[in-house]
Amino acid sequence: MTNNLPPAAILILGALLVPFIKGKAKSYYVILLPAMAFFLVSQLQTGTSWQVHFFGFDLTFLRVDKLSKVFGYIFTLNAFAAFIYAFYLKDSTQHMSALFYIGSSLGVVFAGDLVSLYFFWEVMAVASTFLILARKTEKAQAAGLRYILVHVFGGLCLLAGIVLYISQTGTVAFDHMVERGSATYLILIGFLVNAAAPPFSAWLPDAYPEATVTGGVILSAYTTKTAVYTLVRGFPGWEILIWIGCIMTLYGIIYALLENDARRILAYSIINQVGFMVTGVGIGTMMSLNGTVAHAFCHIIYKALLWMSAGSVLYMTGKSKCTDLGGLYKTMPWTLIFGAVGALSISAFPATSGFTSKSLIIDGAIHQHMAWVWLILEIASAGVFLHAGIKFPYFVFFAKDKGLRPGETNKSMLLAMAFLSFLCLFLGIYPQPLYHILPFEVHYQAYTLPHVAGQLQLLLFSALVFFLFLPLLKRTETIAIDTDWFYRKGGRVLYRVMDLSLNGINRFCDRFFVGGVSGALARFSEDGIARLTLLPLVTYWYMKGIRGKRLEIKKMSLYKNVAKGVIPAGLGAAMAAFFLVLVFLMS
Amino acid sequence: MGKKKEFDFFDKPENIRKLWIMLYVLCGLTLIPDFFLHAEGHFGFDGFFGFHGLLGFVACVVLILFAKLVGLVLKVKENYYDK
Repeated sequence: MTNNLPPAAILILGALLVPFIKGKAKSYYVILLPAMAFFLVSQLQTGTSWQVHFFGFDLTFLRVDKLSKVFGYIFTLNAFAAFIYAFYLKDSTQHMSALFYIGSSLGVVFAGDLVSLYFFWEVMAVASTFLILARKTEKAQAAGLRYILVHVFGGLCLLAGIVLYISQTGTVAFDHMVERGSATYLILIGFLVNAAAPPFSAWLPDAYPEATVTGGVILSAYTTKTAVYTLVRGFPGWEILIWIGCIMTLYGIIYALLENDARRILAYSIINQVGFMVTGVGIGTMMSLNGTVAHAFCHIIYKALLWMSAGSVLYMTGKSKCTDLGGLYKTMPWTLIFGAVGALSISAFPATSGFTSKSLIIDGAIHQHMAWVWLILEIASAGVFLHAGIKFPYFVFFAKDKGLRPGETNKSMLLAMAFLSFLCLFLGIYPQPLYHILPFEVHYQAYTLPHVAGQLQLLLFSALVFFLFLPLLKRTETIAIDTDWFYRKGGRVLYRVMDLSLNGINRFCDRFFVGGVSGALARFSEDGIARLTLLPLVTYWYMKGIRGKRLEIKKMSLYKNVAKGVIPAGLGAAMAAFFLVLVFLMS
Repeated sequence: MGKKKEFDFFDKPENIRKLWIMLYVLCGLTLIPDFFLHAEGHFGFDGFFGFHGLLGFVACVVLILFAKLVGLVLKVKENYYDK
């Protein structure tokens, strides 16, 4: 039991001590926690443990197999690097929320059942929100609120799906979902919201760029990749994922090309990269699933590296927009070099980790003779080099010198970036250790001459297009409308429409009923009877020849008597008879 | 002050020209293996000389032009949502 401790516990329980540790010790402490968790993951024995009987369900908090373990490795490894990067940070709130967030992502990955998975899933959503709010800007507050609302929606879909699934199958175990019905589709939607699949993707580029410097680095890894894990576990071979994934790859590129903010470019490139992974899940062969897991592993590293590079620039200059940046190669050469390693890796340049991982997915499509899928993935690969491989470093570090001379970023940030850069190159040149821990056995050789030559052709000609079309790619001080329009602007339009329609009805009702009908009723109940009584009697008096002042006096006297309810008995009876005749005639 | 001269290699037009030449040369070099590989490709339509280069070139041109086109509708001022 001692060597089968849930790695999530180290981080979540460890987080509780953070506020009590002061100064530099705090920074060392938060680096130590993921290092310990990494060691713990490496010691985990295959099998299930930590089973708890809870409200009639058998919950499994620790299910260890190759799939959960590989995610455990990369989650803790990346956390280790991220906390080295965050060495300068003394903010306990950020450290605690990061630890809760990463810890619960480990909880999801090692959960053997849907109930405990859902629990950790929700803790992730809440804890990660604080990494956005911690930026303490008005924009971050608003983005954080939208972020949590979208995740509440996704969480509710997931919960509804889980409840239906349990009632239909009678099991809480989380394994390959075979049945295709409302329950599994709801669960799938819940997972896809976190995987940032369109149309539920706008939360990512809306929220991540508003997070703190280190918050962005940490956020970039966990939410989308736990979702990838759940898809690999639950939905391998669901064809719909092939097309969702292909759309994501192209969608991410188009938006990244439109964006001006470096961190928004990187946010959209997450959607693009997760698209490759989702496609791999949809293809569902051992090779493509290995590819998805390997790509998630490598992606977490190079994407964190890219966010670190952009974060260092933000930290040193306070700026992240391409239109404000440029010429930083003069004063931030190391940040540039490490960022470039990340940029080459995401572009799957030979000798970097992206090349050895993405190729597995693309070759998975080839093996299944999926020509269209293969073509889209190749086009997307070219597009990645365009937006993340060249555009990001070019506009931030080169392009037009904006006169910024910030100097190099601090040493701990550089150390973390150097560590991740090393991993990118190591896994690119020698991927065997990674291949060894993948869920299925790997018989794959990425470095064949046709493969390397083809990839270099693809990438260099893409680079050529970038520089030839540079005038068209000139940055503007704009943002691009995404599906968040519907709840940001659309919300206001809806408010207007509701205001006009519902409040219009309200105003009409007010005028008609309150001012009109009820007023008339009130007046009628006040003197209606008196007026009705006057009608026949005045006619009668008139016929009798009563005119002028005398008629007025008689009218006033009768009106007062009827209003007070003191009419003579005979007159009352006559009136009743008159009305009876009237009713008889009218019917 | 005796301040060290700033490294400004990428600001000089003559260096930019050299980089352009280098990029063209590199693109040309990647085509060389296609002369003797005679790869058949995987799907029948992708086996010809310089296929990947052409794919990369055309794909990127189309992506950029398409992004430019949708940008006409989707791009808005940064304060769009604040209004």
